Amino acid sequence: MKLKYILPLVLLVLVFSCSTDDDDNTNPVNEVEGLLLVKEIVNGNQTIELFNKKGMFETGYNEISIRLKDNTTDTYYEDAILSWMPIMQMPTMQHSCPKSAITKADGKDTVYKGFIIYQMTNIDSSGWSLTLDYTIDGMDYSVTETINVMQYENQNVASFMASDDSRYILALIEPKDPSIAINEMKVGLFKMQNMMTFPVVEDYTIALDPRMPGMGNHSSPNNTDLTYNSVDNFYFGDLSLTMTGYWKLNLKLMNSGDEVLKGEDVTEENEASSLYLELEF
Amino acid sequence: MKKLITIMLWILFSSLGFSQEKKNEQKKDTTKLEEVVIKTRRKLSSYRQEKTLSSIDDYLEKSNNVTMIKRGNYAWEPTINNMVSDRLVVTIDGMQIFGACTDKMDPITSYVDVSNLEKVTVGSGQEGTENGHCVGGGIDLQLPTSKFNESGLKTSADLGYETNGNFIATGLDLEYSGQKFFISADGIFRKSENYDAGNNLEVLYSQFQKYNISLQSGYKISENHSVDANIIYDRATDVGYPALPMDVSLAEALITSFTHNYKPEDKALKTLETKLYFNTITHIMDDTKRPDVPIRMDMPGWSDTFGFYSKADVLKGKHHFTFNLNGFYNKSLAEMTMFSNNPNEPDMFMYTWPDIRTLYSGIFVKDDWHFADGKSLSSSVRLGYHTNRIAKEVGVESLQIFHPNIDDQQSRFLMSLASSYNIKKEDSNIAFGLGYGERAPSVSEGYGFFLFNSFDNYDYIGNPNLKNEKALEANFSFSKTYDKFKIGLESSYFYIMDYIIGDIAQNVSSMTIGANGVRVYTALDNASIFDVYVNSSYTISARFSVNGTVGYNYGKGSNSENLPLIRPFSYFAELNYNKPKFNASLQLDGNGNQSNYSSFYGENETASYAILNLNLGNAFYGEKGRTILKYGIENILDANYSTYADWNNIPRQGRNFYINISYVFP
Repeated sequence: MKLKYILPLVLLVLVFSCSTDDDDNTNPVNEVEGLLLVKEIVNGNQTIELFNKKGMFETGYNEISIRLKDNTTDTYYEDAILSWMPIMQMPTMQHSCPKSAITKADGKDTVYKGFIIYQMTNIDSSGWSLTLDYTIDGMDYSVTETINVMQYENQNVASFMASDDSRYILALIEPKDPSIAINEMKVGLFKMQNMMTFPVVEDYTIALDPRMPGMGNHSSPNNTDLTYNSVDNFYFGDLSLTMTGYWKLNLKLMNSGDEVLKGEDVTEENEASSLYLELEF
Repeated sequence: MKKLITIMLWILFSSLGFSQEKKNEQKKDTTKLEEVVIKTRRKLSSYRQEKTLSSIDDYLEKSNNVTMIKRGNYAWEPTINNMVSDRLVVTIDGMQIFGACTDKMDPITSYVDVSNLEKVTVGSGQEGTENGHCVGGGIDLQLPTSKFNESGLKTSADLGYETNGNFIATGLDLEYSGQKFFISADGIFRKSENYDAGNNLEVLYSQFQKYNISLQSGYKISENHSVDANIIYDRATDVGYPALPMDVSLAEALITSFTHNYKPEDKALKTLETKLYFNTITHIMDDTKRPDVPIRMDMPGWSDTFGFYSKADVLKGKHHFTFNLNGFYNKSLAEMTMFSNNPNEPDMFMYTWPDIRTLYSGIFVKDDWHFADGKSLSSSVRLGYHTNRIAKEVGVESLQIFHPNIDDQQSRFLMSLASSYNIKKEDSNIAFGLGYGERAPSVSEGYGFFLFNSFDNYDYIGNPNLKNEKALEANFSFSKTYDKFKIGLESSYFYIMDYIIGDIAQNVSSMTIGANGVRVYTALDNASIFDVYVNSSYTISARFSVNGTVGYNYGKGSNSENLPLIRPFSYFAELNYNKPKFNASLQLDGNGNQSNYSSFYGENETASYAILNLNLGNAFYGEKGRTILKYGIENILDANYSTYADWNNIPRQGRNFYINISYVFP
């Protein structure tokens, strides 16, 4: 082919590719890609968007991504300060649940992150409300909205009274996607100081004994007890799962003095501990 | 009765001594198989047996070093020198083929039938390494080769019936041989209901049904070149395993090969045979026929193998060289699904063989050097490179539960050396051999995941980090003929280093409901296995002859525990009557008390037993064809017994009347 034919072709390609670049610049990066919208709360000129992987709240550990939109400009605030308070309305009283602070998500401009651990819900998934307080440019705002919390099919959170007369909440965080392997197990442990305050419990030990009740209640080898990690305030241990199916993770909570606060050993006579979490895959 | 047996034995052995004919050749029969009414060029094996339609399993069991482990009435697992299939190399005409069952319910011998084979070669110890690496020995089930002898069409039919288990077997063979073209087809069908042990005790789940068809075709391209293709399809359904908690609903194999033969004339190279092959096995274990199980399970398994070999025979002076270059690629996958009794819980699943790929390539060289009259030195070497890879990521992760430091791939170099010195005289024969061999762990030993062994009631976990198992071996045989009396002795000793066996993993709970615990494959520092057989025969007259064998075996590990599945003291005696077109034999077969049993590995003591068999054979020749009739009674006294090799002591067949008719069309 002669150069005079090629040259226009090359120019055409160049022009064409330039124009596509222009298009890209006007497209904002979707910072919540892969997440589903759980709830949109409109409060005057702002809209609060709550996201997670499943697009709904369930009992147990919920990782939540939040965006705050300026409805007048249709843009997202990048330097807001947010906090939240989930409340469960019971017939005679109300209480909250363990939760994190809300922080800016790593590497994101418009997304804030945190978690809430719903320890229970009503059968019709009602009862919970979420209050969001936020500050934009020195102005404080607050909004409260009822939310639906679905009952998760397995026990992924336990709320219990221990022998030290304190109420604790224990939630399974990892493995989210278990496999036939040694999985890293991560749980959150919180003490119910009062109806509204659930501080992290530090330096306890949680003994682990996974069992398969559907198959002779067999266990698995090379599990380790969960210990506290002060970097992220969760408990970590090795959970070995030798096959897929339903596993009951029998637990025993021990304080820093190694006194058993809740749970029993699994033996021939005692099929399960009174403190356990469940897993299915 | 016991007295009678003792007396018979005493008479036999006191007068005759003990003897065992050692055949230099690896092909082994018991001596009684020498009196054969008819020898046909093809299917020698089937006509040489008491029953023309007996299975390969029955046939192999007649060999001295071979015993069959029985988990039921079908698919027995061969052992050589008291070593099970992991330590053996079992091939079909040089083709590697691996069972697809994690519980050894489908030894390779179950996927072919006597109708497919020309002969079976059993090599003890390092004599068996022509086709692969082994410690215990090798079995090669040899297919017939194409014959271009213009014999035209030949047809034969077989029919068999046995009273015990209402067993029927029927077979049909067709063969056409032309000048340049050969084709043969055969089919066989076997079906048995539950058999009865002695005293008419029915053994539940001992039924089976199978058929096998094969097609072979050859074409002679030129005087020196020919090709042939072979297809075997074998399908067993509804196979019960009374010794196991599960049965088999399907065991299916497709075995194919394509071979090129080159036979030059007047050259040192005598033959060059090159084969390409592929085989695939599907094995479905299930428990749907068992009324009471703690949990329902499905355990299917698959095994596919591709491979080749190229084999040359070279005669040069007093040397006879055999070269064999071979390679194969195998894919073994098995899984287990457990159906939860609680409908709210999901089914449970695991890979019991997590898609293990094995790639092997190796070379074998053997030299038979007849350096002087009647004296020969036979030496062989096999070198190979063996790689295992876990193809499923979940397989690596699941094995890491037990072995944190494993990779998905493991490669090994394997070596085998053997040498034997033979002196052959007119009336005597002496052979002395030394060998060294290595083998890689089997798929189950290396990569099995919670394989339940009902023998010791433990779940087994494989160990990819196992070292090669190594064996030093010495063997000796001797035979001498004095006029009408012949005596022989045959003995081998194995010193096995890094002997692979399961060791109890403390504090690990079994997966299988009711199991005692978990064993992880590890290696004993060493183990010793010794066997000796003495055989004698005496020709009383032209019509009458007697022969007898006694055997002793021993096996112990470096942990001072007895090894499992070691044959106790055994004896066999036979009285033969022969005349043209008729033969009869009365057999006594027994084992002593198994006193050196291995309780450590889940064995219990098996009591002594002895059984009597009567076999009769007639041959009729006529213008309308040849008929061979074989009939007799097995276990005449209806003894209720089990041997050391019966898995979980399931009793063997009680009294059984059998009849086989073979008809060869003119």
